[in-house]
Amino acid sequence: MHPVRKKRVITISVILVVLSAAIGLVMYALSQNINLFYSPSQIAAGEAPLNVTIRAGGMVVDGSVKRDSASLDVAFMVTDYKHSVLIEYTGILPDLFREGQGIVAQGKLDERGVLIASEVLAKHDEEYMPPEVTDALEKAKAE
Amino acid sequence: MNWTWFHKLGSPKWFYQWASNWGGRCVYLGLALMAIGIIWGLMFAPADYQQGNSFRIIYIHVPVAVLAQSCYLGMGIAGFVALVWQMKLAPVFIKAVAPVGAVMAFIALLSGAIWGKPTWGTWWVWDARLTSVLVLFLLYMGVIAIQNALDDPIFADKAVAVVSLVGVINLPIIKYSVEWWNTLHQPATFKLTEKPSMPMEMWLPLLFSALGLYLFAAGVAMWRMQNEVLLRERKANWVKKEVLNHGV
Repeated sequence: MHPVRKKRVITISVILVVLSAAIGLVMYALSQNINLFYSPSQIAAGEAPLNVTIRAGGMVVDGSVKRDSASLDVAFMVTDYKHSVLIEYTGILPDLFREGQGIVAQGKLDERGVLIASEVLAKHDEEYMPPEVTDALEKAKAE
Repeated sequence: MNWTWFHKLGSPKWFYQWASNWGGRCVYLGLALMAIGIIWGLMFAPADYQQGNSFRIIYIHVPVAVLAQSCYLGMGIAGFVALVWQMKLAPVFIKAVAPVGAVMAFIALLSGAIWGKPTWGTWWVWDARLTSVLVLFLLYMGVIAIQNALDDPIFADKAVAVVSLVGVINLPIIKYSVEWWNTLHQPATFKLTEKPSMPMEMWLPLLFSALGLYLFAAGVAMWRMQNEVLLRERKANWVKKEVLNHGV
């Protein structure tokens, strides 16, 4: 390669490496802020502050959803299979909300360690299936 | 290794003639593939077991989002070539592709928001994936703005090449955002190395619309580059001949 071009390649590479490293370090330092939500284990370990708006995410525990018959109050447990958090919410849940589904709730932790949620969002995964396939899978499981 | 193709790319005249042959073909074949993929996906592919019909927006959202990133990767490579080899076509490529990529990034954000409302329950959250794609869109806007704001064309080309090259750092952040951090956005749908995360009758239409959109965008980029070549080489003899022969 021509020496002038070689010099340009080296200069550009050095600048790119330094910039990437700088951005990488900033991202690493901010990782707690970039994370959208706390997992139940992080909350159990006391990493999440009390009485400050935070988000908690995890799977809705099967059989834990309790709806109040007179109002829109709903309470459910969210787990990451190590620890669980109780979430209380008043309002309409998204269509995808169901037991076993991943959700992210925004709200404040109270002294009991319960998240009083003001917003509940449903997560979904990247697996897509026609309904007949899931029916067949469930039938196979039942047998 | 044979480098003639690389040196040929340095000749605007050669590129112009090559693109005259291939631009139109890419656009029409791409439109046909896209039509097949989208009609198949929207009307005949089965609905999702959880999301029902709203999942069908995947046939627009995923191809557009992947292409938005590919366009920027191409611009980054062109930026590198422009800075090191000072090839005439590299800045032409950046200038021609930036608006295409910007439109793709915008449609990705818009279709994602429309998809997010019924499934997640919100139009927008500041999670790592959504934010990094917004940064990609702003980078496109920056490239376009710089190109148009600087009066000296040589300096403008250089500045734009630098921004394109540096912005490439954002691409791995977009790609791995869903793995490095907790996000509301689910992990990648298109995996090159693993088997697809959906059955064939859902995945094939997605493949068609993605391939179609890539071909369509490639053809449009060639057309835009041809225009830019004509403008930049307007003093060359072959351009004068071309104009006299075909008219403008």
